[in-house]
Amino acid sequence: MNAADVLGALKNFSAKEEILRRLVTPEIEAAVAKIPKPVGSFGFDAWGYNEDQFKVGLAGAKWLYDHYFKVQAFGLEHIPRNGRVLIVPNHSGQLPMDGVLIGVACATNPNGPRAARAMIERFFPTVPWLGNLLNAWGGVIGDPVNCVKMLETDEAIIVFPEGVRGSGKLYKDRYQLQRFGNGFMHLAINHKTPIVPCGVVGCEETMPAVFNIAPLAKVLGIPYAPIAPPLPLPARVVLNFGEPIRFKPVKTEEEVTAQVEAVKREIRRLIDKGLKERPSLY
Amino acid sequence: MAIAKNVAASKKTVLVTGAGGALAKRVIARLHGKYNVVAVDFRRKVETDAGIPSYKVEIEKRGFEDIFLNHKIDAVLHIGRIFAHEYSRDRRYNANVLGSKRLFELCKKYGVGQVIVHSTYFVYGASAYNPALLDEDHPLKASEVTMDLVDSVELESLANIYLWKHPELNITILRPCNVLGPGVRNSMSLLLSRPYTPVLMGFSPMMQFLHVDDMADAMVLAFEGNKPGIYNVAPDDYCPYQRAVEECGCRKLPILSIPPSLPRLVSGLLNWNAFFPPYLINYFKYPVVLDGSLFRETFGFKPRRNLNDIFTFYRKNKLISP
Repeated sequence: MNAADVLGALKNFSAKEEILRRLVTPEIEAAVAKIPKPVGSFGFDAWGYNEDQFKVGLAGAKWLYDHYFKVQAFGLEHIPRNGRVLIVPNHSGQLPMDGVLIGVACATNPNGPRAARAMIERFFPTVPWLGNLLNAWGGVIGDPVNCVKMLETDEAIIVFPEGVRGSGKLYKDRYQLQRFGNGFMHLAINHKTPIVPCGVVGCEETMPAVFNIAPLAKVLGIPYAPIAPPLPLPARVVLNFGEPIRFKPVKTEEEVTAQVEAVKREIRRLIDKGLKERPSLY
Repeated sequence: MAIAKNVAASKKTVLVTGAGGALAKRVIARLHGKYNVVAVDFRRKVETDAGIPSYKVEIEKRGFEDIFLNHKIDAVLHIGRIFAHEYSRDRRYNANVLGSKRLFELCKKYGVGQVIVHSTYFVYGASAYNPALLDEDHPLKASEVTMDLVDSVELESLANIYLWKHPELNITILRPCNVLGPGVRNSMSLLLSRPYTPVLMGFSPMMQFLHVDDMADAMVLAFEGNKPGIYNVAPDDYCPYQRAVEECGCRKLPILSIPPSLPRLVSGLLNWNAFFPPYLINYFKYPVVLDGSLFRETFGFKPRRNLNDIFTFYRKNKLISP
C-alpha cells in the first residue's frame, strides 16, 4: 500500500464517518432500522434507494421539519405500518417541499415508520449528482412501470395527482385544488392499494408566487418560472392524514373520475381542518 | 461396446457455439457426460475433453452445415458472439445477425428441437427515462442510441421471428445482466480488471451482476427445462456502478460528464473501445435494471454467488498482479 492509498482510505473514512456521526441521531437511526424495506447486499434497492444516504437526507430534512417549518402532523396512525399504500396530497409551493415534509412525517411516524417513495420529474436523472442523490433518498422517476413494481413490493408511494398544475399555481389560487389526473386511481384499483388522502396546509405560504413568466419557462424547458421568494419562507406547515380508503373496481372512466372526486372531497376537508388548526401563518 | 454405443446414441446431442469463451466452457463442462456435446468456435479449434468433437468454423460460412450432417444435433446453445470491440462493425453484423439467421435455418432444416439464444441486457438501451425492473416486454431501444448495438437488437428480433414462426425450434432467448468472473472477456469484465477505471462524474447507475458460473447454471436450466420464450436473467440484488468499481479494487478515473459528447470524445481519443467504448457510455450514466423474476420462478433459478463473491475475484486479482 503506497501513500496515495493510505491518504485515500483515510479521506473516505473520515468524511463519511464525520457526516454520519454529526447528522444521524440515534432517534433517526432507530426509525430507519424499523422501516420494513428490503434492500440488497450493499444496502441498495432496484431504484437506487440507499439506507445510509436516506438517513443523512432524513436528518437534514428533519431539522427543517422541526425547526424551520415547525410541522404539525395529525392522523399519522392512518398510514399503514406495512403493505402497499398510495399517499395522495394536494400539491403547492413551487418547490416540492410538501413531498419532503410528508416523507419526513412518514419516516419518523411513531406508529410505524415508512420510507415513502416520491415520484420525481423525468429530467432529474440527467442532472449529475442530484439524480443519484434523489434516488438514494427514495425519489423515483414518475413512470407507471415504477409505480406498479413498487406497489407489488408493498412500498408506500406519495403521488401528487395535480402535478405541476398544483405546485406551479399562483398565490391568489391558494388551497384551490387543480384538476386531478386519474392515473393514481387506476393504480389503486388494479393493484388493490388503499389511498391515504393528505391535506397540506402552509406550503402555499412558503413560496407565494405572484406571476408565472411562461415564455421564460418554455425557453428554459422547466414547468414554470414564478416571480416568488428565492428560498422557501418559514411558514408553519400542518399535515392532516385521512383514513385509508379502498376503492372497488369500476368499468367506465366516468366512474373512475367520480372516485377521484371522492378523494378530492376528502383532501378538501383535510385542508379546511388544517387551516383551522394552524396557530399562525409564520 | 454395443451397449456403450447405444447409450451414446440415446443421449441428446447438443451443439454449443462460442465454445472458446468462459461461459461456453462452463456450460460444456456441465453438459458433458449427460449429453453428447459438439463444440464450435469461429476463433480457434477449442481444446476439449475426450469425446467432445471440436470445430473451428464461422457460422455464416458453408462449412458450418457439415457439422449438422455429421452429427444428429438435438439442441443448440448459441453463445458465440463477436463482441463490439472485436473486429469491424460489418464483420460483427455478418457473424452475429446473418450468422444467427443461418444457424436458425440449419436448425429448421435438420430438425433441431431446441435453441437457446444468449442475448444481452444492452438491447433495452440506457436512457434517463428507464424505469427500474424492466420486464421482458419492454421496448428494445438500444438501436435508438447507437448504431453499434444494432446487431444485438436485430439478432433478438430475428430470434423472435423464428420463435413464433417455427415453434418446433423451441427457442429460448436469455437476456443476462452483466456477467462477470474468471476468464470472462466482455467489456464490463475487462473494465473492472483495470487498475484505473473510468467513471462519469456525478453518475453512478444501478447495475446487476451475475457470476459466470451462475449464468452457466442458468443456461443449463433453460436447456433442460425447455420452456420457450424470452427471459431476463438477473439477480434481485443491485449495486451502483461506482460502488462496484470501488469494491473491485479499481481506482476511479473521473471523466467530466457534461456535455454528453465529451466522454464519448475522450473514449474515442484514448481508444477505450474494448472496455469503455463510446457507444456504451450511456450504460455508465443511466440504469438498465432488469426484473429477473420470470426466469427465476419459471426455472427455479437462484444465483449461488452474491455480489461480494463476484467483486472479490477482481479485487484479489489486482493484489496478485498489480
